Amino acid sequence: MISFIKKSYVVIILIIMYAPIALLMLFSFNNSKLPIWKGFTLSWYAKMFNDASIQQAFMYTIIIAIISSFAATVIGTFAAMGINRMVSWQKNIAMNITYIPLLSPDIIIGISLMMLFSVIKLPFGLPTLIVSHITFSTPYVILSVMPKLKQMDYNLYEAALDLGATPWYAFKKVIFPEIMPGVIAGAFIAFTLSIDDFVVSFFNKGAGVDTLSIKIYSMARKGVNPTINAISTIMFSTIIIILLVMNIKVNKKLSKSQTK
Amino acid sequence: MHRKSLAYPYLIWAAIFIVVPLLLIVYFSFFKDGSFTIQNYQKFLEDYYIKALIRSIELAFISTVICLVMAYPLAMILSDKHMTNKQIILLLVVLPMWMNSLLRTYAWGSLLENNGVINSMLKAVQLAPITFLYGNGAVIFGMVYNFFPFMVLPIYNVLCKIDPSLIEASYDLGADKVTTFRKVILPLSMPGVVTGIVMVFMPALTTFLITRLLGGGKINLIGNIIEEQFTRTNNFGFGSAVSMILMIIVLITLAFMSKKDSLDKGGGLF
Amino acid sequence: MKKLTKAITMLITVSLLILSLAGCGESKNAITVYNWGDYIDPEVNDLFTEETGIKVVYSEYANNEEMYATVEPGNVNYDILFPSDYMIEKMIKKDMLQKVDTSKLDNYKNIDNRFKKLPFDPEDSYSVPYMWGTVGIVYNTKMVEDVVDSWDVLWNEKYKEQIFMYDSERDSIMVALKKLGYSMNTRDEKELEEAKKLLIEQAPLVLAYVGDEGKGKMVNGEAALMVAWAGDAMVMMNENPDLAYAIPKEGSNYFVDSIVISKASKNVEAAYEYIDFLCRPDIAAKNAQYIGYSTPISKARDLLPEEIKESEVAYPKDEVISHSNMEMFNDPSDIVELYSSIWTEIKASN
Repeated sequence: MISFIKKSYVVIILIIMYAPIALLMLFSFNNSKLPIWKGFTLSWYAKMFNDASIQQAFMYTIIIAIISSFAATVIGTFAAMGINRMVSWQKNIAMNITYIPLLSPDIIIGISLMMLFSVIKLPFGLPTLIVSHITFSTPYVILSVMPKLKQMDYNLYEAALDLGATPWYAFKKVIFPEIMPGVIAGAFIAFTLSIDDFVVSFFNKGAGVDTLSIKIYSMARKGVNPTINAISTIMFSTIIIILLVMNIKVNKKLSKSQTK
Repeated sequence: MHRKSLAYPYLIWAAIFIVVPLLLIVYFSFFKDGSFTIQNYQKFLEDYYIKALIRSIELAFISTVICLVMAYPLAMILSDKHMTNKQIILLLVVLPMWMNSLLRTYAWGSLLENNGVINSMLKAVQLAPITFLYGNGAVIFGMVYNFFPFMVLPIYNVLCKIDPSLIEASYDLGADKVTTFRKVILPLSMPGVVTGIVMVFMPALTTFLITRLLGGGKINLIGNIIEEQFTRTNNFGFGSAVSMILMIIVLITLAFMSKKDSLDKGGGLF
Repeated sequence: MKKLTKAITMLITVSLLILSLAGCGESKNAITVYNWGDYIDPEVNDLFTEETGIKVVYSEYANNEEMYATVEPGNVNYDILFPSDYMIEKMIKKDMLQKVDTSKLDNYKNIDNRFKKLPFDPEDSYSVPYMWGTVGIVYNTKMVEDVVDSWDVLWNEKYKEQIFMYDSERDSIMVALKKLGYSMNTRDEKELEEAKKLLIEQAPLVLAYVGDEGKGKMVNGEAALMVAWAGDAMVMMNENPDLAYAIPKEGSNYFVDSIVISKASKNVEAAYEYIDFLCRPDIAAKNAQYIGYSTPISKARDLLPEEIKESEVAYPKDEVISHSNMEMFNDPSDIVELYSSIWTEIKASN
């Protein structure tokens, strides 16, 4: 009985989390521009392939997410390793700086960067967007890698060095495999945050460089075009399918190795 | 390969893109047309701005409490040995972000409206429809919905790290479930709870989109006021001053968190 | 965790593939266009590129102020912008626009005389009209029994929590000023104070201050009355025949969104070609039909389907538009702070 209550609690929360997503997917097949069900259609998907500006927004969203999450992962991972070696007071300062973007309102990160770019006259565009995304996502990478570093046995690394490994080789063979899960989780979160961000991008975008979020917001006057729902549905389904396929493959491998 | 100098690129990056921009906000908040002034801060003393700040704090506080009450049991269920699969849980919590948050909040608008899906369901089972939208309730709902993951993750993380032998020891010493929870589990999970509270309270305090999309525009929170200064009124000075007031709140919480050591005792996000 | 690595690698590969397919080569002969969200038929830009070989780099904004905030610092270069009346006035004052020599535009002659020599650009030297419309009340005939011909209906207790106001200080204060019989461009603080009191008094009757989401809700019967632009009214009435639109007798706002060339434009010739293309009747008609707003080109209007062409919502009679109580907004720079604090106070009264 208790386990039933527990399970239903989890299920209810999942339903609440995913209900709007289901609705959005449904409306990508809706035969009307307004969110009122008027019958099934695939026309929004067809329109998506003809609408260059939506494709462009999608492209920029992905380019920015790839570059910024990659950079944030590299910078963040090394930063976590460095911070981990610091003495307590230095560590405190570094971690507090890391927590600032995490706790500051998006809107303040957005406008403060906008002011910086305006003051140094850096033209708004792809570079400003990428820089701002790296800035707000790096702390998440650091926080995701940090615990793995703490769990790691540092003696292993020393031992590798004693056995004649170069520092780089020792890093590759000893440290990296240990912190890998944290790095990947960090990269995934950085990528996701970049795709989902609106506020920071809104204040730092440039000519012709709109992300999907900005596109959605700018449609506010005329109504969010269901083409957006269509492209979001495709993005969401793609990630789900990829994760499922991976999961099945891994499970198969597992069951195979178990039967052997 | 494993030295503190590895952190330098990041620290330089943080100095340029986090610290300097914040100093710029400080500068803009004190200067008007090139001369020093505290006018921007004085302006905030108007009673309707203070009212907006108080209301923001109220709503953020209520949503944080709701998040905590809902997230703690969930984190306990998930951290149960039989259900532990950290990756999948993390994924389930993070995945909704692959559907744009503006779109999702927008979708709640159409689910909750007076003639929306949920009220139609209520009508179908002969219940009176409820006005969910256009008010404090809807804004609180939106905050809880959007920031809930940030409460679940840290609590889940500390709960996973609690040594099960401590709990067993408590039972062996004759403590019942409630006592064990009160005396062992709860105190040990405090770092996660503190992180969670901060991670929910701060964005809730400063949101401007949720009020716009679900609050029917009837509620103006502090975030809306800042946004308006930068996108509509073009009053950078006043916008910066209000931002500074928020940043002071951020710094106080940061100091509070460091004191509680919630960051170092495993109360992190992941 | 390995599956995640794989997932990410696969995702990157897939997106790179899509990228290479979409092809994002920057051609030298391109113009950058910054327009309202969803304010052009997406095919039009492709047609333009097909005919002229000029590539269109296209961006969108949500409102005039946002556009201004992006363009003003001067580190983004757009060629073409689509500001509304009062914003054009402001941008001319700030020297942000280039003069447009209309004699170089073959299709300029198509623009109706009514839309020439407008107060914000009295010599037609900076702007070419793109779309226009009025502001009025959309109401649900099944829910409203009274005759809707006055702003007073928005203060009628009968419709408590059935009213949508527009979530913009300028449009809402306009409604109150018009109801009081004042000019919507007044700078008189007493008149504005009265308008503020009126809006605070109205606040309990208002269900929500909406942006676009109001449209879907009106169609759904969520509220009985809504302040709306005529172009949006057309879209809503098309979806729900119970809806009707009225311009109140106290007068209202009518607006023109025009095409301008930014001072920073480097490719002025291409910009002229683009403007000329948008003024071609078949293209203007395509846009008008897609957007739902009214075109200032009669020849384009003739190409529209009967129900749009003859609609008095989209194309009200001349005497309605030319009445002295129909006004255009003027540059609000001097009172924008006052408006902002009035609006905060109204919201705080809730």
